[in-house]
Amino acid sequence: MRHLLRTPSGVIGLALVAVTLVIAAVGPAIWGQEAETVNAAAALQGSSAEHPLGTDHLGRDILARVLAGGQFTVALAFLATAIGAGLGTLLGVLPAVLPRRAGRLVTGAVNALVAFPALLLAMFTAVISGLGAKGAVLGIGIAFAPSIARLTQTLSASVASADYVAAARLLRVPRWRIATRHVLPNIGEPIILNLTAALGSSLVAMSGMSFLGLGVQPPSYDWGRLLFDGFSRIYVDPMVAIGPAIAIVAAGIGFNLLGEALARSVARAPVGGKQAVGKGAAMPSSGEEPVEGAVLSVKDLTVTFPDGVTPVRGLSLTIMPGEIVGLVGESGSGKSMTANAVGGLVAYPGVVTAGHMSLCGEELSTLSEAKRRKLLGTSMAMVFQDPMASLNPALKVGGQLAEVSLVHQGAKRPAAWARAIDRLRQVHIPDPEKRARQHPHEFSGGMRQRAVIAMGLMGTPRLLIADEPTTALDVTVQRQILKLLREVSAEAGAGALFISHDIAVVSELCDRVVVMYAGRVVEELPVADLVDGASHPYTKALLASLPDMETDRDKPLASIPGHQPSPADVGEGCAFASRCALATDRCVERPPLTRYDAAHAVACWHAETRKAEVAIG
Amino acid sequence: MIIEGMTVRFGTFTAVDDVTLEVPPGSIVGLVGESGSGKSTVAKAVCGLVPYTGRVEGLDPRRIQMVFQDPYASLNPRMTVGASVAEGLSVPKARRAAEIERLLSLVSLPTGLAGRYPRELSGGQRQRVAIARALGAEPSLLVADEITSALDVSVQGAVLNLIRSLRAELNLSMLFISHNLAVVRYVSDVVAVMRKGRLVEVGPAEEVVGSPKHDYTRELLEAVPRLGG
Repeated sequence: MRHLLRTPSGVIGLALVAVTLVIAAVGPAIWGQEAETVNAAAALQGSSAEHPLGTDHLGRDILARVLAGGQFTVALAFLATAIGAGLGTLLGVLPAVLPRRAGRLVTGAVNALVAFPALLLAMFTAVISGLGAKGAVLGIGIAFAPSIARLTQTLSASVASADYVAAARLLRVPRWRIATRHVLPNIGEPIILNLTAALGSSLVAMSGMSFLGLGVQPPSYDWGRLLFDGFSRIYVDPMVAIGPAIAIVAAGIGFNLLGEALARSVARAPVGGKQAVGKGAAMPSSGEEPVEGAVLSVKDLTVTFPDGVTPVRGLSLTIMPGEIVGLVGESGSGKSMTANAVGGLVAYPGVVTAGHMSLCGEELSTLSEAKRRKLLGTSMAMVFQDPMASLNPALKVGGQLAEVSLVHQGAKRPAAWARAIDRLRQVHIPDPEKRARQHPHEFSGGMRQRAVIAMGLMGTPRLLIADEPTTALDVTVQRQILKLLREVSAEAGAGALFISHDIAVVSELCDRVVVMYAGRVVEELPVADLVDGASHPYTKALLASLPDMETDRDKPLASIPGHQPSPADVGEGCAFASRCALATDRCVERPPLTRYDAAHAVACWHAETRKAEVAIG
Repeated sequence: MIIEGMTVRFGTFTAVDDVTLEVPPGSIVGLVGESGSGKSTVAKAVCGLVPYTGRVEGLDPRRIQMVFQDPYASLNPRMTVGASVAEGLSVPKARRAAEIERLLSLVSLPTGLAGRYPRELSGGQRQRVAIARALGAEPSLLVADEITSALDVSVQGAVLNLIRSLRAELNLSMLFISHNLAVVRYVSDVVAVMRKGRLVEVGPAEEVVGSPKHDYTRELLEAVPRLGG
């Protein structure tokens, strides 16, 4: 509802519909008497103070008749829509229920009817079933059915291919039950939204029928009939025709606007994860100095969304040139949001704050928007899980790579193209001259990911951020990409942040591992120490729960009970305490990330302390 | 259960090419392969969800159930957990609630979840519900298609433990499909390696992993990421 009132069209639609419905509800009771009062002396009058819309041939006040006739008009529209909806939904769901051949027949029939002009179909039906309101309502209902059937069919086809319908079929759930329990409830929302707009159209169509003399017959009257009666006098007394016309148009537009606004607000309701690119927000620079010589130095990075959703909580991270740092965590731990915050990709309404955040020694928050973009565009490369998210399917791969040089480095076209081919060769894409002229869909998944990495190399990246770059790839391809990433970072002397849920992959590639849980770093250690030296209970549990080729098949795998708190409700104390076997009363207080030596830091009260504690942060 | 000479074609593309594979009663057969190898198509064909040529023999086709990869897509969002689990049940109404409780506790879920909707559950919990739903139909073969690949590592272990304990408790036969060789090795008695629609190697799990005969199996094994590099 709040979304609905945010757009002018929603407000106007809602107001028009409200007025129409109020008139329909109270009209006959208030103005019904006056609308029927015959006054021969005042017949065929034009607009006056007493009769703003004039009078008809029996001297009845037309304004009163419009107000009183609203109920009948709206009722007929509702009735016609109900017939159309009932018939249409039935026709739409039938193909999912009927055997294949009969289903196709229904689909074909509906398709043919959709192609047939609705009003013509309505008039045809109305004439056959007899003139009058009944025939017109039936006609419009039948005329609307095909388009609603088509909508239902399209929607139910998408639901019918869902896994839960396949599961129901395997469970031998009867077809009609699948239709009523699985298909209909999941397509109800868009259909109802569509019907709101259909109400408007059927009100207009119904009025049209009455206006043509095919609808409501005297002595009954609806807005269309009033328009028909007044139309012959439009040159003499325009108001007698314009009055009912305004009522029809206002109600029709109202229902249509409301339907559209409803559909929009529903479409907006489930907000997806990452979306548009936007500058996060002001980042007050108050933290200590960035680490000298680091390609990336972040202190106390926090990302918050409205309603208290805080996916990243005070994260500090340093990446030195040539160093590959792995960021590990489960979904919802905030690892991807960290990458987005560094890349300036946190979507509105997210707010990014940090003590400092510097890339190649330049503090990002103090740079102007243009300089910041340029720095990020040339010094940082990002690789995501889905390479198609970074490639435009309509453009040639080589052209997309060359664009980086054209935009950020002001290179000439031939030079940019040559560089693109050179970079494609660098990521071991065979026959780069030919491949550069191909579109992304001609590349395999692994090749696409290589092309995206090559795109990152078009500048002179000092920092490479790879967010689950191999998760969608096969293990053999994954190995090649990992090798490539290592090669690229060594050659360019660039630092890399490698994000993954798979601690084994991280251990193969990275120099240092940072483990995140519920938005915070819980442990940071060199990869070499991972197997024997991990001290946080969460890191240990992660390592133990991962089956490898040597896991004892006769013993159950270690598993962590419970689940990670969502970014909205991370408590004050240690976020892992509720799942931790070592948890004690002390864990209600959050343990700080404590550094044992230059490379190893743990945030746990119970981690074995082998070296002198030096608190950081 | 035995699959004999199964071939699945989509137009001119042969997704599954003359696959013969036996799932002995009470054992778990792991089918491993990369994307496009045809392993998921075998799963769908065994369940009768795609047409195939060849034979699937040795069991009642109505007693095959499947657990899907994505626990977020395999439960109807408008149905409660209890209603979803009840779909495959053929017990009288009076005993239905008790049966739902039994199934939920079989997959180690609190019985209080029956009244909840899928959106209130975590991924691991949803996958347990999907397993409970399949078990409700008392299958003689359970087909598990990448059931842990959408789950977090810490949850994956618990679901794999559940699969193993269910086999021990219910003497369930299972076709367990995954791209993850370590996962397949852990749960399966027999491992079958698939590539480009064909089986390249089939054998007892330890044997296939310990002394692979086919080059492709060796290549897969080498590519498995290992802790500590």
